[in-house]
Amino acid sequence: MSMRPPALDLPIMFIDVRITAGALTILDGITLTISPGPPTVLIGPNGAGKTTLLRAAMGLVPPGSGLITWSGRESSDPKHRAIMFQRPAMLRRSAGGNVRYALAAAGMPRGKRHERAAALLADVGLAGLDRRPARRLSGGEQQRLALARALARDPGILFLDEPTASLDPAATKAIEDIVRAVSARGVKVMMCTHDLGQAKRLAGNVVLLHRGRLIENTPASEFFASPRTEEACRFIAGELLV
Amino acid sequence: MSGNDSALQLVLSGDPALFAIVRLSLLVSLSAVVLAALIGVPAGALLALTRFRGREAVIVILNALMGLPPVVVGLAVFLLLSRSGPLGEWGLLFTPQAMVIAQTVLVAPIIAALTRQTIEDLWVEYQAELTAMNVGPLRRVRTLIWDARFSLVTALLAGFGRAAAEVGAIIIVGGNIDGFTRTMTTAIALETSKGDLPLAVGLGIVLIVIVIIINALAWGIRRTGERYAG
Repeated sequence: MSMRPPALDLPIMFIDVRITAGALTILDGITLTISPGPPTVLIGPNGAGKTTLLRAAMGLVPPGSGLITWSGRESSDPKHRAIMFQRPAMLRRSAGGNVRYALAAAGMPRGKRHERAAALLADVGLAGLDRRPARRLSGGEQQRLALARALARDPGILFLDEPTASLDPAATKAIEDIVRAVSARGVKVMMCTHDLGQAKRLAGNVVLLHRGRLIENTPASEFFASPRTEEACRFIAGELLV
Repeated sequence: MSGNDSALQLVLSGDPALFAIVRLSLLVSLSAVVLAALIGVPAGALLALTRFRGREAVIVILNALMGLPPVVVGLAVFLLLSRSGPLGEWGLLFTPQAMVIAQTVLVAPIIAALTRQTIEDLWVEYQAELTAMNVGPLRRVRTLIWDARFSLVTALLAGFGRAAAEVGAIIIVGGNIDGFTRTMTTAIALETSKGDLPLAVGLGIVLIVIVIIINALAWGIRRTGERYAG
């Protein structure tokens, strides 16, 4: 796998972003810059706003107020970004059909899709399952297929929403290995997780959210060695942030 | 019992009159289902994927149209196609084509309403993924119709059931002309009123068997498709 040039949509800048749903504030005054480099990992309790921040960074959720820019542009075609949802929907096709669909949506000519889909399935450890109906795959296999589908877009930035939630250790390791390989190729990975161990293993920097507010945004080693805020100390200590 | 025996004999002997009626019935009903599908599936998909003022009212009306009284549809198509009607010069009244038109009007709302529901449910599931993949509106519609194809078979079956069982509309616009526009249902009604119960029962048996066979075929297609496509 070769290194790719820095992603076209980076840096992604959040400037005082507020997102609400009815009376509920989901993100509250978020100011954050997502730069090229190792994975950025979002952590925080349920309802902290991790998924919404990820979707906003992908461009799927517009800010209620404030500004999001991709490489300085306020609106950007998500051509160079891809997202894997926590519970990815499997299209009613074979595993290979799912990947070929994503390749077609990304504009790849029909003649090249079969070969590329086979390579992507092999990359995520699903070689040989090309013709298996996607909905018949195990949970771990579906997550890997969703990852292959996201990678089919050849993204410069890859967003992963709890990519290993409810997976066993072997399936978790398989996903983490892919994330490392993708990141090593120069793809910017931004992911959220509840698993502090995973954050330690993968993160270049950690963003801690709580009740829609950004609590910390620091390099991972610093975050775990000397957290700056009380919330971060309590979160790392395993206390429940409510 | 003797009436039932005679009916069975008629079916087993391959009575040409009976099979001409069966052939026409299938031709009319299947043509109507195909036409209604060509109208109803895209219309239902469009309604599922678009948001506009008055959409809820359109859905309520479409659902209500599933229960359109066949005689009212027959009367409307009759007025449309009668010599003094707006389409009178086409000369279609009392022809199989008129019967196809009437059944299409009856079946299209059923297929459209069931398609709308099916596509809308699938869209809820697919929306985030397709939006993230930056899939355009036309490809979305194509994807949803294709991926819902096995569920849409049920909508087509419901439409076929309505068409095959229908008598009120086609008797008005077709006229129940022997050897030309007589179908199984209109023949059953006529033969029963004439007291020729063996033919009526024979036709009834054939009608039920055909409906079961078509449903079994559709079920088989659906199961096989789901096995391979998921």
